[in-house]
Amino acid sequence: MCQKKYIDDFTVLQTRRVTHDYVIIDLQHPSQLPDIRPGQFVQVKVEDRPNVFLRRPISVHDADKNQGILRLLVQEVGEGTRWMGQLEPGQKLNLVYPLGNSFPMPKTDRVLLVGGGCGIAPLLFLGKELRKHGIKPRFLMGARSAAHLIDMSEYRELGDVYVTTEDGSEGTKGFVIHHPVMKTDKPDFDVIYTCGPEPMMKVLAKYAANHHLDCHVSLENSMACGIGACLCCVTATQQGNKCTCIDGPVFDSKDLKW
Amino acid sequence: MVNLSVDLNGLQLKNPVMTASGTYGYGEEYNDFYDINQLGGIIVKGTTLNHREGNAYPRMAETPMGMLNAVGLQNKGVEYFATTINPRISHFTTNVLVNVSGSTIEEYVATAERIASLPNIPGIELNISCPNVKEGGMAFGTSCPSAVAVVEAVRQVFPRHLMVKLSPNVTNIVEIAKGVEGAGADSVSLINTLLGMAIDAEKQRPMLSTITGGLSGPAVKPVALRMVWQVAREVKIPVVGLGGISNATDAIEFILAGASAIQVGTANFVDPMVCVKIIDGIRDYMIRHQVNDIKELVGALRC
Ligand SMILES: Cc1cc2nc3c(=O)[nH]c(=O)nc-3n(C[C@H](O)[C@H](O)[C@H](O)COP(=O)(O)OP(=O)(O)OC[C@H]3O[C@@H](n4cnc5c(N)ncnc54)[C@H](O)[C@@H]3O)c2cc1C
Ligand SMILES: Cc1cc2nc3c(=O)[nH]c(=O)nc-3n(C[C@H](O)[C@H](O)[C@H](O)COP(=O)(O)O)c2cc1C
Ligand code: FES
Repeated sequence: MCQKKYIDDFTVLQTRRVTHDYVIIDLQHPSQLPDIRPGQFVQVKVEDRPNVFLRRPISVHDADKNQGILRLLVQEVGEGTRWMGQLEPGQKLNLVYPLGNSFPMPKTDRVLLVGGGCGIAPLLFLGKELRKHGIKPRFLMGARSAAHLIDMSEYRELGDVYVTTEDGSEGTKGFVIHHPVMKTDKPDFDVIYTCGPEPMMKVLAKYAANHHLDCHVSLENSMACGIGACLCCVTATQQGNKCTCIDGPVFDSKDLKW
Repeated sequence: MVNLSVDLNGLQLKNPVMTASGTYGYGEEYNDFYDINQLGGIIVKGTTLNHREGNAYPRMAETPMGMLNAVGLQNKGVEYFATTINPRISHFTTNVLVNVSGSTIEEYVATAERIASLPNIPGIELNISCPNVKEGGMAFGTSCPSAVAVVEAVRQVFPRHLMVKLSPNVTNIVEIAKGVEGAGADSVSLINTLLGMAIDAEKQRPMLSTITGGLSGPAVKPVALRMVWQVAREVKIPVVGLGGISNATDAIEFILAGASAIQVGTANFVDPMVCVKIIDGIRDYMIRHQVNDIKELVGALRC
């Protein structure tokens, strides 16, 4: 928790559009990246946008420590994220990082990673880390339609990928909870890691409780400082209000007052 | 060499830049980015007699050039501060002031008394102006008799620097400033947040769980500057100016309006390095304007 935080200008290597509203941004660190763990995030400074005052929290999608490269997956939902989508190679991006806790490594090798919307962002990095620990992850990704799904090939290299879409244009029709992998009395996984819309994560937390599984959820509460100084980002836990930015963003679902 | 040091009615600051309560945690959060002992002082989180959970999420809403907050004084109480947090931060050599809040005069007094027993804390900032708690808080700061009563009571038990933080949510801030000066305040700081509100039109709901909250950031600066100017002309004790300060020019403006020192709040969220930049910028300004001592700039506005 007491990991040292940095503030640095990164250089944009490329901004790649992967769907009509998702981009992947590759960033080059000026020297050597510190250790960054899956689930951690950065606070992005948006420049020259008078309506965007505060920094924007974005998860680490991937990090290559040796090359000093940080990758973000950004869904354009408003002025700040749309500005990120327009970043050109060579432009500077000021980040405060690495922030927050991280996904704990499991004691079992039967894990399911469930992502919805931009919540899939931290799961790639998590999947890679699990592979380093000899665990083959499985992914369950939910999206509105096929057009909202990013290319899954990088995830497929790590493990099986299941997909649900609300309109049935790809994979199983419905929400993640409707996928056959979930529709069994005896799930063949022991731990769920999830990031995405809160209603989805709440359903998964309940599912985990019913089936006596561990469930680690990554919250996306709105933030001001991102470093534990303002107490704006709290979530109610069994131990009282906790900051999503330093005590989270990853919480054991049993600790949350959901 | 220009002289940046400030004698704030006995409290010695190495420069006029302090950090505002509730925006800078306990200082530790920023010590990763720079040595916070470079600052004139830091004012730690609002502290109350007993543990407070604060308000429900959402507690924050971004607004044009600013933000609303409704944290509601979440803190673990003064005893926890004294026994757990203070030992952790007592190695800081900069001035660490504790922002003290309460719902009753007795609570303010008991909290101040406990802080008085901590020799490394050179002063308190009495928060009679928090808009985010239902009882007390701002109520003390919006009526002159109650502001005077709480300051007089705390003065009895707190022998070191007593800074009183004023609310902008009043008709006549000068009257209250003069009242707390008479009651024994060593300095006044202003402004706390302005009561405001934000609505999500699509959802037809308030953005904050508490519906209303406190506005801070550049959006409040003109109001803060006006109040600092009005108060500084009418009181003899030093004035500490804050509200929207984001760079050295903003800081200089407050000093010209009559502030002897300034605090930086919300700007720390946008740029964690901003305080260091402000100190450097004030020094540059003084060199550029051939000012040897920062005191020469205090209230030097030419009208
Ligand atoms: C720890 C963390 C990690 C995140 N990781 C990613 C990521 O990897 N990729 C990504 O694309 N996004 C991520 N987000 C969400 C991202 O921070 C927001 O989408 C972004 O701040 C929106 O900024 P904007 O200026 O584009 O939109 P705004 O104009 O600020 O908002 C547009 C709309 O989105 C809503 N909104 C904004 N922020 C949030 C929020 N935190 N929760 C719910 N609704 C919100 C607003 O109410 C508004 O309706 C993360 C958030 C957190 C807290
Ligand atoms: C998140 C947040 C929490 C705050 N908490 C406190 C507090 O506990 N006590 C207090 O006196 N002021 C508190 N304030 C008010 C600030 O100290 C300051 O008066 C105000 O934000 C105006 O300055 P700024 O525009 O530089 O932020 C808080 C402000 C913010 C944004
Ligand atoms: S965002 Fe400020 S404490 Fe979490």
